Amino acid sequence: MKIAIASGKGGTGKTTLSTNLAAYLAEKQEVVLVDLDVEEPNSGLFIKAELLREEEKYKMIPQWNPDTCILCGNCQEVCNFHAVLKLGEQIMVFPELCHSCYACSELCPTNSLPMVPQKMGELKHFNSGTLSFIESRLEIGQEQAVPLIRQTNKYVEECFSEQVIKLFDSPPGTSCPVIEATKDADFIILVTEPTPFGLHDLTLAVETMRELKKNFGVVINRHGIGNDEVEKYCSAENIPLLARIPNDRQIAELYSRGELLYKKIPGVKEQLDLLIHHIEGLESAGER
Amino acid sequence: MKEIVVISGKGGTGKTSITASLAYLGGKDIVLADCDVDAADMHLLMQPDFGQAKDFYSGLIAEIRQDDCIQCGKCADICRFDAIPVIDGKYIVDPLSCEGCGYCPRVCPTDAIDMLDMNVGKWYVSTIKTGTTMVHAKLGIGADNSGKLVAHVKNEAKRIAEEEDKEIVLVDGSPGVGCPVVSSLSGAKFVVLVTEPTVSGLHDLKRVYELVDKFNIPAGCIINKADLNPQVSAEIESFLKQENIGHIASLPYDENFTAAMTQGKTIVEYDENNLNEILTQSWAKIKQIA
Ligand code: SF4
Ligand code: SF4
Ligand code: SF4
Ligand code: SF4
Repeated sequence: MKIAIASGKGGTGKTTLSTNLAAYLAEKQEVVLVDLDVEEPNSGLFIKAELLREEEKYKMIPQWNPDTCILCGNCQEVCNFHAVLKLGEQIMVFPELCHSCYACSELCPTNSLPMVPQKMGELKHFNSGTLSFIESRLEIGQEQAVPLIRQTNKYVEECFSEQVIKLFDSPPGTSCPVIEATKDADFIILVTEPTPFGLHDLTLAVETMRELKKNFGVVINRHGIGNDEVEKYCSAENIPLLARIPNDRQIAELYSRGELLYKKIPGVKEQLDLLIHHIEGLESAGER
Repeated sequence: MKEIVVISGKGGTGKTSITASLAYLGGKDIVLADCDVDAADMHLLMQPDFGQAKDFYSGLIAEIRQDDCIQCGKCADICRFDAIPVIDGKYIVDPLSCEGCGYCPRVCPTDAIDMLDMNVGKWYVSTIKTGTTMVHAKLGIGADNSGKLVAHVKNEAKRIAEEEDKEIVLVDGSPGVGCPVVSSLSGAKFVVLVTEPTVSGLHDLKRVYELVDKFNIPAGCIINKADLNPQVSAEIESFLKQENIGHIASLPYDENFTAAMTQGKTIVEYDENNLNEILTQSWAKIKQIA
């Protein structure tokens, strides 16, 4: 079972929900939490676990071999991202612009642009009992999140069996990285706030999920602030409202210290129970 | 003309609410640019008239003309993005996976693949409630926020500011540390960092400041919800000192942020007391330093 936790924009409580849900589920079963917000991975601040493994992650970029190159200029012509340039007698590669499409390399008549790995980030694998935690972090200056998200998903796929519940803390927004992070999920939890900003961003996220033909539900964070437009929207659109995490200054304070909420605030635990109940329903429906 | 960019690294720090308040205080002296195109929310507070709307194209996308395709499968073989699945015996490009690299048309024996311009969103030039101009955009679903739309929004705002002889371009910057925020920052005269005293707030502040520092842009910081965690607030303050970042102001944790938003108002319109005073002083300070 793969569940992605997403939101139209950052700061809605996506990480709070992911970490609390993961830790709570782990009290009863094996869970892996994956932080796919590779530009700003934050889940690790809330999960206390031991580092098991660290891997450098690479993307493939072409490397010029001046000895065999005949300076035909074909590479510059085929690169749609202007990542290879022919400057006089030299071929220059701009790694940050390269999308690793292999066109220049495979279409070079003399094989003078072999693809070589370049570091784009780091993956860390932590463990604490039944809870595993995977985090990937993009190097500063690396601009493309998607390849790292893809490789992280692959790592999780290879390391954990089907039975383990997998929670993916997705990057915010509705652009490419979110699509990459959510496209393989069985179910998506959209986290929002009951405010005009929250509603607006939620409608964008819902459009995206519908476009992807995904099964999804909504969790309202900071329930009690703002207005009830999000609730009205969900019922009008027939979107299941899975849980309402209350607004509480104590919650904000616990969060600010990097602490988990459900152990200290009974209201949060109740809401997580509701959410888990829904997820279990999906699972047994899937088995049937 | 000065360009002032507000960024925060992560979402939820109140960046947009604060930027909208500064924009309100700036009145007709500024042109506003909403570069947070992934989650553009500024329009909910500024009542734009969406006066001019235009499509924005960036990048390419492959499309296979089925009549000319002989199902040889070469395109699917070379595509590194698994973007050409076979559906009912037909080779069809999945628009969400295609990177627009243009490799497949080069190997197709029958020239059956076209590369089309991709519509990635819409951008607008609007008059807002303060009577000034705002440039903003809406990114299409699953579009690649490569920073080009962000750069476009900003450049349009700058062009308008110059034309209309405005003093300041105020930019609501993109989140994160990737391409879009790089586009938001380039050319800025001054950066306002909005943060909150949470472990993640501090962590993201440091990360995004690394980037600001690379650009060598002077920066000031507004700590929102400062009383939420005095200890982390103190840590933020010492980080600011150490990096020579001006501490513009600290705002208290205040439900009026949300209450104002619910009424479609900026904080300075809604609150007449404490928050209003701090933000008014902040804007004066920013104008002075920038
Ligand atoms: S395509 Fe190959 S041979 Fe031609 S210029 Fe590029 S590297 Fe040199
Ligand atoms: S691999 Fe593709 S994107 Fe990278 S340089 Fe070569 S042609 Fe350009
Ligand atoms: S343009 Fe590139 S990414 Fe798109 S389908 Fe063709 S080979 Fe694949
Ligand atoms: S390479 Fe051209 S002819 Fe062959 S399957 Fe692809 S589109 Fe069809």
